[in-house]
Amino acid sequence: MLWLAVLFLVPFYVVLAIAFGTTDPIFRDPIPVWNPLNWDTSQFQYIFSHIFGADGFFGPPMLRTLLYIGGASLVCLTVAYPVAYFVARFGGRRRGVLLALLIAPFWVSYMMRMLAWVNLLEEDGWVNRFLKAVGLIQAPVSWLSGMPSTVVLGLVYGYVPYMILPLFASLDRIDQNLIEAARDLGASRVETFRRVILPLSKQAILASVLLVSLPMFGDYFTNDLLSGSPRTSMFGNLINDAIGTPGQVSEGAALVVILMVLLIPFMCYYAISTSRASREAG
Amino acid sequence: MSAAQAPVLPVPRAAPRRWPLGWLINWWRSPWRKPRILETLTWLYLTWSIIPVFIAVAFSFNAGRSRSVWQGFSLRWYFTDPVASVWHDPDLHAALFQSLRLAVLTTLIAVPLGVIFAIGIDRWHGRLPAVFNFQMLVSFVLPELVLGVALLFMVTHVLTIIPLGTSGQVIALVTFQVSFPVIIVRARMLSIGSQYEEAAMDLGATPFGAVRRVLLPMLYPAIFVSAVLVFADVIDDFVIVRALSADVSTEPMSVKIYNSARSSPSPALNALATIMLLMSALAIFIGYLVFRRTTRVEGSDGGSALDQLAIQL
Repeated sequence: MLWLAVLFLVPFYVVLAIAFGTTDPIFRDPIPVWNPLNWDTSQFQYIFSHIFGADGFFGPPMLRTLLYIGGASLVCLTVAYPVAYFVARFGGRRRGVLLALLIAPFWVSYMMRMLAWVNLLEEDGWVNRFLKAVGLIQAPVSWLSGMPSTVVLGLVYGYVPYMILPLFASLDRIDQNLIEAARDLGASRVETFRRVILPLSKQAILASVLLVSLPMFGDYFTNDLLSGSPRTSMFGNLINDAIGTPGQVSEGAALVVILMVLLIPFMCYYAISTSRASREAG
Repeated sequence: MSAAQAPVLPVPRAAPRRWPLGWLINWWRSPWRKPRILETLTWLYLTWSIIPVFIAVAFSFNAGRSRSVWQGFSLRWYFTDPVASVWHDPDLHAALFQSLRLAVLTTLIAVPLGVIFAIGIDRWHGRLPAVFNFQMLVSFVLPELVLGVALLFMVTHVLTIIPLGTSGQVIALVTFQVSFPVIIVRARMLSIGSQYEEAAMDLGATPFGAVRRVLLPMLYPAIFVSAVLVFADVIDDFVIVRALSADVSTEPMSVKIYNSARSSPSPALNALATIMLLMSALAIFIGYLVFRRTTRVEGSDGGSALDQLAIQL
């Protein structure tokens, strides 16, 4: 317990101290300020003054982050729900195989899966060649230089397995008798789904959306690999770039603090609702 | 004249609808139809999720430099190329061993620690388990970058005795990974219950002896599964490891792929990724076999082992 306190709570305090600290003018190193009474808020003032307006270079990436993550989560859900539903209810004999295939992406490194798409999406890659052969495009599209759709696709591809499994676990727990009762009482397929299955899986939908969307806020690598252009940079890229630039480290820390303040309510909601659901399940 | 005597007219059948898609509508309305649409969708998804990786693996065996034109089979990017193959390029080589080193060290530290935590939590009556559970759930949704940055600052500003590089990476990874063994071992302990231990102590075992000779052997499957999970997960980890790496020599495979995927791609990178894939796959496969075996010996059904693995994730 002490170990966890040391390695979870103290680091966040260090981040705060650096975010509210000053920067050494010569070595460009951040100087943490440990006493909260002496905290310097200039980093935050700087960031907040550059969110909106003409020189608001923080605003567009933040808005973009919300749009991309919203889009990606939505696509994830439309893909993940039917798949989880099918495996949970109609898996039958092949259920073991299907489950193994659903888990498989977990054991393929994230980087490898992104590398696979980098290969496919290159100028002379298979995607361009396929589209050309079908006749959809004449000239090769440069997918990898700042296309928002590529970034969203990458996010979906990367995170969708994390959504399918919790959805599967919850749909699997729904009592088959309830579904049969609904059908016996005259509900159509669609109605059964809408009035029985969907309400029963609502909590799982919310939890799984949070489970994929919250980590996306810290994702900078998908973006770097599949686009690398500032036109698609997101919150994660802002933090990563600031941390990597001498003199801007405390700005990065301030961005981390802002991100945490924004996300903490959602993270707590996820933790509370999930632990309650698992307690109810047994 | 009662109605019964009226000649029974054949009830005119509903005129068969001659819509071009009539069969489709009948099929849609049939209550016994199989869920073909969902099935197709599922298989489409599975194909989409796996094919790109297969293609990437295939091109690691390409004889040429291209990642999209097949130029014949060769092991050039694994061994034979004297400069750029995984075996001969010192950077790729170092990345491979760094990944293995981190995975082994982290597993060796995190798993015993996790088992101790799990037993401790089980003994400790009070609010502690709830707090612990909460913290672990939060760590699932915490953006890893936040943790990476926080740990980096921690190491560079407070615990300056810990150097960046392997030791920093291992400590950070242990922090993050210790939740796997805790969750899995604790779930297993709850299903075992305390009666075996109590019986052992009634028969004269010391509390420590009861844990060591009765409880621990029953926990082996769970311990093994968590070791496998930790190992495979560390091999795949990227954000924390990158944040805490000191220089090129302590960058493992995932960071290497990130650094060169856009700037200097070559099939050697695919080869590196394939080796990484094989290592995780091997760990999982062995883990699955052992898990199935040990659970079957105990008499629980081994067929649901995969289900359990999935849920425990």
